[in-house]
Amino acid sequence: MSSGEISSTGMGTGSGMSGEPRSNWPLFEVFLRSKRGLNHVHVGSLHAADATMALHHARDLYTRRNEGVSIWVVKAADITASSPDEKDPFFAPSGDKVYRHPTFYEIPQSVPHI
Amino acid sequence: MTGLGAGSGPGPQAGRWPETGAGPLQEGVGAVPRGAGALKPGAGIAADAGALERYFEETIARDRRIEPRDWMPDAYRKTMIRQIAQHAHSEIIGMQPEGNWVTRAPSLRRKAILLAKVQDEAGHGLYLYSAAETLGADRADLTDRLITGRQKYSSIFNYPTLTFADVGVIGWLVDGAAICNQVPLCRSSYGPYARAMIRICKEESFHQRQGYELLMTMMRGTSAQREMVQDATNRWWWPSLMMFGPPDEQSPNTEQSMRWRIKRHTNDDLRQRFVDMTVPQAEALGVTLPDPELRWNAERDHYDFGEIDWSEFKRVIGGNGPCNAQRIAARRAAHEGGAWVREAAAAHAAKVAARAEAAA
Amino acid sequence: MGFDTAYEAISEESDSGHRWAFGTGFTDPLAGVDTAVPAGIDGADLAAYCLMLGDDALILSHRLQQWLARAPELEEETALANIALDLLGQARLLLTRAGRADGSDRTEDDYAFDRTEREFRNVRMAEVTDVDFAGLIARLLVFSTWRLALLGRLRESADPVLAAVAAQGVNELTYHRDYAAGWTIRLGDGTDYSRQRMQAGLAAVAPLAAELFVPSAVEQRLAGVAVNPEDLRPEWDAVLAQVLAAAGLDWPEAGWPEAAGGSGGSSPRGGTVGKAGRDGVHTEAMGYLLAELQSVARALPEATW
Repeated sequence: MSSGEISSTGMGTGSGMSGEPRSNWPLFEVFLRSKRGLNHVHVGSLHAADATMALHHARDLYTRRNEGVSIWVVKAADITASSPDEKDPFFAPSGDKVYRHPTFYEIPQSVPHI
Repeated sequence: MTGLGAGSGPGPQAGRWPETGAGPLQEGVGAVPRGAGALKPGAGIAADAGALERYFEETIARDRRIEPRDWMPDAYRKTMIRQIAQHAHSEIIGMQPEGNWVTRAPSLRRKAILLAKVQDEAGHGLYLYSAAETLGADRADLTDRLITGRQKYSSIFNYPTLTFADVGVIGWLVDGAAICNQVPLCRSSYGPYARAMIRICKEESFHQRQGYELLMTMMRGTSAQREMVQDATNRWWWPSLMMFGPPDEQSPNTEQSMRWRIKRHTNDDLRQRFVDMTVPQAEALGVTLPDPELRWNAERDHYDFGEIDWSEFKRVIGGNGPCNAQRIAARRAAHEGGAWVREAAAAHAAKVAARAEAAA
Repeated sequence: MGFDTAYEAISEESDSGHRWAFGTGFTDPLAGVDTAVPAGIDGADLAAYCLMLGDDALILSHRLQQWLARAPELEEETALANIALDLLGQARLLLTRAGRADGSDRTEDDYAFDRTEREFRNVRMAEVTDVDFAGLIARLLVFSTWRLALLGRLRESADPVLAAVAAQGVNELTYHRDYAAGWTIRLGDGTDYSRQRMQAGLAAVAPLAAELFVPSAVEQRLAGVAVNPEDLRPEWDAVLAQVLAAAGLDWPEAGWPEAAGGSGGSSPRGGTVGKAGRDGVHTEAMGYLLAELQSVARALPEATW
């Protein structure tokens, strides 16, 4: 690339940060599509100040420089999860907020498609 | 690379978690149900507490994984957080002794390999902190426990790396011991930990092979290089054996950990396995392991080896090894020195969000 | 992988290579590449040019390696290590190319470990030390914006090896520049303190920026093979202006001292004024850097690694 263009790195992301401690970056969940034809799969989490930084970190951490991998990041706080195991009578199957590593997700609209 | 298998510490940390819970909840996750203690009032659960426990035990007995949202006994949660956090700390502290030689690596190829390896260790630490966070722990809190000495890391990293041969010997012996410890943990009953371990073990096998390959190359080199390899082997052999933790009769947590399937073999079993696989490797390499009592025992079908100096082990675990203070100070300096950077990024993100809101 | 025997795990031959970073999985960085020098290109000049670009990458990678285990957050450890690995990989290719181009058959290690300070041709910006993370970011922003512009043009080089190295490098530098720009904006827009540090970082690096755009005699002779650094200035200006505006930062006023460097030969009157990295004249920091880089290799000159 030899144009004078530069991406909007660091120009920030959507949702508010007001509830976070100032120096404690929020947790993002990371989903990877390792190759074409496969779904994005949850691989883990990381901390970042904003979604752009989270994407950079996800590339460095979960793909170790493997180019061409599609990555989604979403704030853990924005995930709504259902319980995979309804044998547990205390967790209502719907309306359960934020839980970090569910094995089944309903992906919310806010997931960036990149 | 890391040395911590389940219970490889002597267990002095048991009970160090505040009795109030598994650790502070992170902002925004307060709604996460985390065990019976977090259940909403009026859920009518008391009568079913026994049922939950039975279900937990059955899940483990059937060799199925416990997932973050499942009910689990508080003691299991605390033990897992401690085990995973100590493992994560070990990866992060473990960057220092090898990172020490990256800028001086004597060939560009070795430099690239070592740099990639130390980077892997940062990555492994992050996978593991991520797994610990599924249990309600907060990474900032875990880091604080590390730099204030309230949580341990593998004591192998409290030894200094004195020559470039140490890079090879750490790969061969320390990573080799770590693999023995960690491969069984790929079947840990706690799902996120088991998955992190699978990813880590795949990468670790490279670490060991690169170390052994470096040593083979050095042994084919000059006599000065061969002396370096032998010297490094002498310094790292016994600390590597200590990585498996105290002998079984002094490892009080082993039984519970094995029942919970967060530990699959005893310390002594794993140590024996490591010795048995390492002796032939040493012979192939042409180095002498510094133990006059090391010999094959046909009756046991294992190698016998000498008594470990447990007083050294206790001393290093207790904070008085050659590099304990240095390692913690370096980690603390990075963390505290970086505070203004983390704060700036958070402040920027908050400003961006506020501007977006104002514009909307 | 068998989970019960450690042996199985470590003897498993399923090395798909993807777990190793670029540049670590092979012995000869140019294995399989036709390294014949195309007709009409002067081999000595080509080698000298490869050393310039290779030394830039080698020396800045060294400074990044010094950040290992010192980054402000763990996620940044992996990011900085990636950039260091990318640059090291570029250095290995370019130094290896130099040894083929000049017919000396010197290896990458011969160049890295056996040259004296005056034989290194990197720009001085690559070698200076970082005061803090903002200083590193300022340097990375200026350097990677420049190198990305350079490699983008080098893809059209008449030397196919340089063109191939550049094509790979463009992807890497795009990421480096993005990383540096993101942090420049965060630090510039973050807190009062981070803004001051970022501005100070720019002030430290600015005096070394002029050197980046002065063509050396070698670059002038290699028209069509090498990139003329004068041509990089408009892109560099545009990108810096865009990033600094977004960050609320200013380019330091005194940032353009007399451009140094590029004489391409030694003046009969000696001296260092007006000379720079491309002439082999470095800052005081360079001696310490090389002492560290070369210490083990030079202590055991007969050794094999």
